[in-house]
Amino acid sequence: MKFARDTWLIFQRQTQLLLRNPVWVFVGVFQPVMYLLLFAPLLKPALNAPTQAAAYKIFVPGLLVLLAIFGGLFQGFGLIAELRAGVIERSRVTPISRLALLLGRSLRDVVSLLVQAVIITLLALLFDLRVFIGDLLLAYLLLALIALMTSAVSYGVALKVKSEDALAPLMNTVAQPVLLLSGILLPLTFAPGWLQGIANWNPFSWAVDGTRALFAGDLGSDRVWQGLTITAVLAALGVYWAARQFARSVR
Amino acid sequence: MIETRGLRKSFRSRAGRETKTVDAVRGVNLEVAEGEIFGFLGPNGAGKTTTLRMLATLIEPDGGDATIAGADLRKDPAEVRRRIGYVPQGGSTWDESTAREELVLHARMYGIGKADAQRRAARALDAFQLTEYADRKCKTYSGGQRRRVEIALGIIHEPKIVFLDEPTTGLDPQSRAHMWDEIRRLRSDGMTVFITTHYLDEADALCDRIAIMDNGEIVAEGTPGELKREISGDVVLVGLDLAATPQAAQSLDGEAYVNKLETVDEGGLRLYVDEGATAIPQVLRRLDHAGLELRSIELHRPSLDDVFLTKTGRSLRES
Ligand SMILES: Nc1ncnc2c1ncn2[C@@H]1O[C@H](COP(=O)(O)OP(=O)(O)O)[C@@H](O)[C@H]1O
Ligand SMILES: [Mg+2]
Repeated sequence: MKFARDTWLIFQRQTQLLLRNPVWVFVGVFQPVMYLLLFAPLLKPALNAPTQAAAYKIFVPGLLVLLAIFGGLFQGFGLIAELRAGVIERSRVTPISRLALLLGRSLRDVVSLLVQAVIITLLALLFDLRVFIGDLLLAYLLLALIALMTSAVSYGVALKVKSEDALAPLMNTVAQPVLLLSGILLPLTFAPGWLQGIANWNPFSWAVDGTRALFAGDLGSDRVWQGLTITAVLAALGVYWAARQFARSVR
Repeated sequence: MIETRGLRKSFRSRAGRETKTVDAVRGVNLEVAEGEIFGFLGPNGAGKTTTLRMLATLIEPDGGDATIAGADLRKDPAEVRRRIGYVPQGGSTWDESTAREELVLHARMYGIGKADAQRRAARALDAFQLTEYADRKCKTYSGGQRRRVEIALGIIHEPKIVFLDEPTTGLDPQSRAHMWDEIRRLRSDGMTVFITTHYLDEADALCDRIAIMDNGEIVAEGTPGELKREISGDVVLVGLDLAATPQAAQSLDGEAYVNKLETVDEGGLRLYVDEGATAIPQVLRRLDHAGLELRSIELHRPSLDDVFLTKTGRSLRES
C-alpha cells in the first residue's frame, strides 16, 4: 500500500515534469519516424517481401524494440542531473520506499515509450500494416518490459558512475553490439551460422523475434512466450539491482 | 536529542592506480541538547558534511553509533528519517519545478496526505516569505530565496531536529542576516537545530553551543563564551614607531599585569594580559612616564579563531 502510493507519487511528479516539456517525447520519436518513412521503402526488394505491408510487418517490430532499448538506456542522464541538483539526496532522507524512487521513474519511461510506439504504429497503419489488436497489445507489453529493464539498468549505472562523461560511452558500447546482433533492423535469417549463434545469446534478439511473431499474427509461436519470459525475468533483475543502488549510499 | 559515540567514516578514493584512504571522520562523540542551536565549526574538508550525512542516514558509519531523537541510527534508520530534517549543502531543489510543488511533493514523501501537504506548503511559504514567488520555477529564484525554499523543505514534516549544512555559504550579508533570523525562529518553535559552518562570526553569534572540528576530530566543545574564556586573557596591541619599540618593551617587560610580551615586526608590542580594561590605563601611564609617544592602542578579545589557533596551530581564516 505505502509502496504503491510512493511509486504513484514519483510517477506523477516525473510525468508532470515531462509534460511540461513534451517536446522530448517527439524528439525521441523523430528518428524512428524518419526510418519508417525513408528506410522502409527500400525494404520490400531487400527482404524479398511480396508486398510493402509484409515488409512493414518485419521492420516495424524491430524499430519499436530499438526505440524501447535506446529510449530506456539513455534515461540515466536525467538522473545524473537530479543527483547533481541534490534531489535524490533529498528524497533519500525521507522514509519513501527506495524501490518506488526507481519504479516511479521507470514507469514514466515505459509510458512515454508506449506513447511513441502508438504514434509509430498509427503511422505504419497508413502504409497498410495490419495487426490484430490482441497481438498488438501483447507486443506492447513486451516493449514495456524491455523499456522497464533498460531504463532501470540505466538508472542503476547512472547512480554508480555519477557522471555523464562516464555514462555516455558506457551506454554506447553496450547498445551498439546489442543492436547489431539482435537482428533488430533486419532479420538474421540470412546471417551466417556463427552470427546466429551469437544472436541466440542476446536476449534482445529473443524479444525482437517475439515481437515479430506477434506482428505476424503468430500468437502460438514459441518465440512469443520465450521472448516474454526472458524479458520479464531480466526486467525484474534489472529493477531489483537498480533499486539497491538507490538504497545504497549515493553522493 | 543527539548522542553519538565514536562515529567513524573513511573513504577510499582512487587516484590513477593508487587507492588512497581518507579518514574523513575519526571517532566523534557529541551530545546535543533539546532546543539548542548546535554548531559544527571547521575548515573545508574537516568532516562536517560526512558527519551530518551519517546522522541523516545517507551513509553508513564504519564504526560507532548514535541515538537521534530517541531512535537508534543503526537499528532503526527508518525511524530516524521520520524524526529529522536535513538540508544538504549543495542545494536540493529542481530548476523546473516551483517552490510550492517541491514543498507539496516533499511533504508527501513523508507520507502526508495531499490536502494536508498543500496546507503545510502554503503555511511554510508564508512563514519563509516566499508566497510571492511560490508558483515560479526554482531556477528564477535568487540564492537567498532558494536557500529559504530548501530550509522550508527540510522542516515541512515538523521534525524534532533539523540538520542544516552550511546554510549561509554563498549568501550576501543581508540574506545571511535574514537566514540567521529564520534559524532562530526554528529554535523558538521548539526545534533543535544542528548547523555546520566555516564562518567564525556565524558560530559565535548564532550558536548556543559549538564543536570545533578539524581533520575528522572534535578539538573543542562548549558555548562560544566558554571556549573563548578557556584561552585565558585579552591581548593589548600597542602601536609604536619601530625606533621606540625596544625601549617600550624594556619598560613594560616585568610589569605584574603583563603575562607575556611580544614585539611586532613592523613596530609595536603585543601584550597578553588577564583583563584588558584594567591593563590599558596602566600601559598608558607607564609609556607616558618613559616619555614614549604611542601611535595607537587596541584591545583584542580572544575570538573563536584564537581558540582554533590554540587547538590546531593553524588559523581558521587561512585554512
Ligand atoms: N564520497 C566521498 N569519497 C571520497 N572522499 C570523500 C567523500 N566525501 C567526503 N570525502 C572526503 O572526506 C573529507 C571530509 O569531507 P567533508 O565531510 O565534506 O568535509 P566538510 O564538510 O567539513 O568540508 C574530505 O577530505 C573529503 O575529500
Ligand atoms: Mg561540507
